[in-house]
Amino acid sequence: MQDRIRISCSRHNLQQVRDFVRSFLLAANRSELIVNQVVLAVDEVVANFIIHANGEDTTQFLDLLLVLAGQQLDIEIEDNGATLFLPPGKVATPDLRAYIQQGRKGGMGMALVSRIMDRVEFFERNSHTVCHLSKELL
Amino acid sequence: MEPIMKVTAQPTDTTLTLILDGELDASSAVVLDTELNKPELLKYKKVLIDCQRLSYISSAGLGVFISHLQRLQDSNVKLVFYNMQEKVFNVFEILGLDSLMTIVPTEQEAQAV
Repeated sequence: MQDRIRISCSRHNLQQVRDFVRSFLLAANRSELIVNQVVLAVDEVVANFIIHANGEDTTQFLDLLLVLAGQQLDIEIEDNGATLFLPPGKVATPDLRAYIQQGRKGGMGMALVSRIMDRVEFFERNSHTVCHLSKELL
Repeated sequence: MEPIMKVTAQPTDTTLTLILDGELDASSAVVLDTELNKPELLKYKKVLIDCQRLSYISSAGLGVFISHLQRLQDSNVKLVFYNMQEKVFNVFEILGLDSLMTIVPTEQEAQAV
């Protein structure tokens, strides 16, 4: 099964993205815990694209594709903006005690994504940034 | 547009309870940040976070709590979470935040901390 959605780059559309991913996975009878983890991973990547890559420019848009074949879930998030956004592949483990001391708000999103998903890849295609997430849903 | 996060404050003489209702993400985290940023928060001994109706949290939501924790600790204000749904607790666990923050099952236990 597969499904796709297009959203404009506003953080107000994050709820729509989460509802889309939830509906897709719950229709495939996945547990609430797994569904929430995958929803979170997608939400983090999409929020990064919206806020950091596109500066919340609502004239820009993202395409999200979900494909579930058996236990294998593949997710592609394509940023249609012109700026390439390629975070480092290896995500450092955040030092949360230091974050607390510093009163730091950010820096945990991609760490969550890399711990939830089996594979996280950012690459360039047709001058756009694409993020591919995959996970075997046990 | 319907707000996706509602925060209700219930103060007593020594404790402020914040009841969270909805989804805490990069869009709604500012609502909670505004509540936790209020100077009068520091006059309480405890800030209790009722998570029963908190159905989702992202890193932006976690970041709000992390960013205020030291300030509260420096003022001897305890921050205690209770009634947390399993899927929300799981997000704290993934990063190991469950061992750095006080999370208890019930309101009674939260009051006793």
